[in-house]
Amino acid sequence: MTTKDTVYIALFAALTAALGLIPQITLATGVPITAQSMGIMLAGALLGAKRGGLAIVLFLALVAIGLPLLAGGRGGAGVFFGASGGFLLGFPIGAFVIGFLFDRHAGRPPFLLSLIYVLIGGVGVVYLLGVPWLAQVADLTLGQAFTGSIAFVPGDIIKAVLTVIIAREVRRALPDL
Amino acid sequence: MLDLYQAGTSPVHMLKPGWKILCLAAVGSALFAVDHIGFSTAMLAATLVLYRIAGLPLSRAWGQIRPAVWVFGLIFAAQVIFNSWIIGLYVLIRLAVLLMLAGLLTLTTRSSDMIDGINAGLGPLRRIGVNPERVSLAISLTLRFIPVLSHVVHDVREAQRARGLDRNILSLAIPAIIRTIRMADEVSDAIDARGS
Amino acid sequence: MIDVQNVSLTLGGRSVLRDISLTLSERRIAIVGSNGSGKSSFARLLNGLHLPTDGQVLVDGLNSRSDGRKIRQSVGFVFQNPDNQIVFPIVEEDVAYGLKNHGLSPAEREAKVQNILQRYDLIGLRHQPSHTLSGGQKQLLAISGVLVMEPRYIVFDEPTTLLDLRNKLKVQQAIASLSQTAIVVTHDLDLVSDFDRVIVFDEGRVVADDHPDTALRRYIEAMQDA
Repeated sequence: MTTKDTVYIALFAALTAALGLIPQITLATGVPITAQSMGIMLAGALLGAKRGGLAIVLFLALVAIGLPLLAGGRGGAGVFFGASGGFLLGFPIGAFVIGFLFDRHAGRPPFLLSLIYVLIGGVGVVYLLGVPWLAQVADLTLGQAFTGSIAFVPGDIIKAVLTVIIAREVRRALPDL
Repeated sequence: MLDLYQAGTSPVHMLKPGWKILCLAAVGSALFAVDHIGFSTAMLAATLVLYRIAGLPLSRAWGQIRPAVWVFGLIFAAQVIFNSWIIGLYVLIRLAVLLMLAGLLTLTTRSSDMIDGINAGLGPLRRIGVNPERVSLAISLTLRFIPVLSHVVHDVREAQRARGLDRNILSLAIPAIIRTIRMADEVSDAIDARGS
Repeated sequence: MIDVQNVSLTLGGRSVLRDISLTLSERRIAIVGSNGSGKSSFARLLNGLHLPTDGQVLVDGLNSRSDGRKIRQSVGFVFQNPDNQIVFPIVEEDVAYGLKNHGLSPAEREAKVQNILQRYDLIGLRHQPSHTLSGGQKQLLAISGVLVMEPRYIVFDEPTTLLDLRNKLKVQQAIASLSQTAIVVTHDLDLVSDFDRVIVFDEGRVVADDHPDTALRRYIEAMQDA
């Protein structure tokens, strides 16, 4: 791990925090979306598996020790025990998976494939951890917990598309990131 | 620093961060292991007593739950529909204890003490390739970058507003991200130049 | 003494410096040249941030290729943009950073940090978040973070380019009062008019190397001809 890797990890942890400051947008369906999870997707797509995953681990570590960095100014260890704790745990793993999939390509993967990668890691993995956790904490069945979460998926898809557009342009400008 | 710490000298404040985290983990596990509403209610009472010992008003304890109130409402409604109101109440009490205890940890522990605690805790992990100095450098850098990036995000949004909302936000965000990565390159050079 | 011997540098397939040989021993040395002349890359060679593609750089006999760490301890580097050089969120933490690996006791470290902060009028700001400082204070903080390690040489890469006049004068004063050898890369010809030596770079080569009066006159003439 070089100094540059350490700095990039810190940069994307900070970017994820900064994206949480953007006021949330409420979709037509009444579901709020925040820009924060784009930080997770960008970290994976731009930094790769190891650095991207560590960036999000670092972000969550700072949240856990009490910095109010989650969207809406939340922070502290409590958020991990709440209903959305599983989604938070899914963040670094999702970033890692996105990075892992991108790392398999020497250059930039094609647009559609990139989008699939971001959706697998940034949505698939995150819900895979988030939904069962929610079911456990709230004593719901998996089906009930999933139905309760599905309203957030359209927002996540929009963020995945934005992430892919941004990541492709940034990689074009900085090929040896 | 931007943290949620409430200064104090109570026994709760004085307890080492490592112990507090351990207690939190133990109570959290116990709440799910001892699957009984009597136990959860007893823990709720104990938690509120701890807030008083820490010299914090009970409104602080409520403050830990307030942001999650609508989630509480949803969960309770789902439990009433699918199971019974008593199970709903049990689930809510359990969740409330967890949120309040974790909040107590945050309110009574300085972030910098927590970071020191993390670094001390990482010492044994040196053997599997974790370098505590690297970790503390990364933490410091993140805290250093957050205001810078918040500024960048703010500027991008402002520029977008100034040019009208029809202007594509990506055409502003992409150059901003590229600029910050270039900045990171120079920061990295600066760290190397200072002989780390 | 810094000895640059037949150095060429290629970065990303582009030839940036071509066959440069210089011996730097004066107390105040300026490197001037237009954008893209190679002067900033040259500065980065002096403390091992860049390694030469051909030739070698010797600092008091140490080769930058094999003794990078030692060279970085004896050649401090101040960057153009202090925002990119300040690594830590709190002023005093940033100054103390370079000392961490020097095996000093906490008391010794504290004494050094305090001393430097006093010298640059930053002592009242020591607990402040570093991002809240003004541009000039940030540049002085960046200089403090380098000086606290007591390097023998300090390389400045365009230290005043981003500053307003008042802050520029403060930094100019800070450079003038250094006991160390200072090598200053700059566009700012006022800054270097009383230096011992001015070296002019153009397209990766040294085109003038003289006392400030002569060298700067030739630089200005060359720019007007171009």
